[in-house]
Amino acid sequence: MRILCCVKRVPITGGRMVLTADAQAIETKHLGFTISPHEECGVEEAVRIVEAGGGEVVVLTLGPEEAAEQIRDCMAIGADRGIHLVSSEEWDAQGTAAAIADAIRADSENTGPFDLIVMGNESADAGGYQVGIRVAYALGLPVVTGLKGLAVDGGRARCEQEAPGGRDVYDVALPAVVTVKEGLNLPRYPSVPAKLRAKSKPLDARAVDRPASQLEKLRLVVPEGSRKQAEILGEGREAAPRVVEVLQQLGVA
Amino acid sequence: MTLVVLESADDELSRQALTLGESLGQARTVTIEGPYAPAAWAAAIVEAAQGDDIVGPGSDRGNEVLAHVAAQLDLPLAANVTDVRGDELTRIRWGGTLLEEARLHSDRRLMTAAPFAFAPSNSLLQAQVLAPNLDGAVAVVDHVAPDTGGKVSLADAKVVVSGGRGVGSAEGFAILEELAALLDAAVGCSRVVTSAGWRPHSDQVGQTGTKVSPDLYIACGISGATQHIAGCKGAKALLAINADREATIFAHADYAVIGDLHEIVPAITAELRKAKGA
Repeated sequence: MRILCCVKRVPITGGRMVLTADAQAIETKHLGFTISPHEECGVEEAVRIVEAGGGEVVVLTLGPEEAAEQIRDCMAIGADRGIHLVSSEEWDAQGTAAAIADAIRADSENTGPFDLIVMGNESADAGGYQVGIRVAYALGLPVVTGLKGLAVDGGRARCEQEAPGGRDVYDVALPAVVTVKEGLNLPRYPSVPAKLRAKSKPLDARAVDRPASQLEKLRLVVPEGSRKQAEILGEGREAAPRVVEVLQQLGVA
Repeated sequence: MTLVVLESADDELSRQALTLGESLGQARTVTIEGPYAPAAWAAAIVEAAQGDDIVGPGSDRGNEVLAHVAAQLDLPLAANVTDVRGDELTRIRWGGTLLEEARLHSDRRLMTAAPFAFAPSNSLLQAQVLAPNLDGAVAVVDHVAPDTGGKVSLADAKVVVSGGRGVGSAEGFAILEELAALLDAAVGCSRVVTSAGWRPHSDQVGQTGTKVSPDLYIACGISGATQHIAGCKGAKALLAINADREATIFAHADYAVIGDLHEIVPAITAELRKAKGA
């Protein structure tokens, strides 16, 4: 199986959203970065499939120079090589999907077609819920979203999509695009030797130009009125009687 | 005209989407019959809409079907919109802990309504029922339901007792389980807990876990990262138990108890048993 996984670099936001002075981005001076959570599970799943049956896992990202860190992190959990579309700007969903589809097409011409393209159901930051679906249309492939379960066998994929009260099941022919959700698996922690090996795996980086945004971000806003003044019921175990009173007032005890 | 896609005529999020649709102009509604097949459903919607704006609910299916519509039409889609002002709109990011103001560069507007951003519409509906062409379509072929062992599910529970890093271990959740059993509550947890392998991901409350809206959410040893708040901000009341009086979770809490949850939670359980005469 040849599998391509798309990942996005996002900040680890902590407890409070703080914006840059121009309100165009989250202030990240004091923040770390990570792979958007759904996508981390996507890479883990791809690596498990290839570990079990052979093949190749390629990781693709569209992001700033620093997003190479996230590609190396994917390599440390088992991805074989990376494609980095370098741009420091924020792209809308249509532009992102077109750039990803172009890169997949170009890579396929050189190395052969991918059996499976794995993306996150939605990114942690922009949350557009559409890039995976648009990539599928651009490549003329079927797509199933929101997977919490995936089994690949004999050129088909059994996909379990999270749905109210359980999971909806789909059976699709490969090649296909799937989008996944966190909980699909528990991603491994990379070992130190794996991190070292990751440094020497091939990474193809090239600059890309952003097209005009059809959904154009004007500014970000931290929602008002979410801060509350909590009533302090007490400290330590002495607070228990007062807590039970409150539970009774709320009608839950 | 605006075409509003309803999951069903009495679906809460669909009624909210109708309110958004009615604010854009004269609205008409459609529902879809047959097995769920996102691409085929979208094709039927595209045909029914002709040139109209299209609005759907901000549910998993609503966002998925509208994304297919957008891909088929090659038009921009604004997911989870909270407000529209002409060609400008506000939508949620980061699971609702941040907002984005954006301009939609399209004569035709495609959007989904963020859950609980709009009051549900009371309009009497005569929805047109669409019957998509399912020939060769990717469609749901089966549904599997998890075995909950008779316990109340996280999404439906009236009370959730949730633990974070402060619980300290998988075994540490025993005292939360005990309190939850007395309150007929579900046990939840933060992302740190599932990443550490202390609880399964199905217990995770947050932006990338389950979004809950119980009458009471009891947050034990949870710091209050935005990832977690995105999942529990729908709670009617929040009680936070935390040893760190500076913890962010207190800014989201209605009630606070300061101290070690390992002492406080069993004390509440004992007091509750006493009150119940058990």
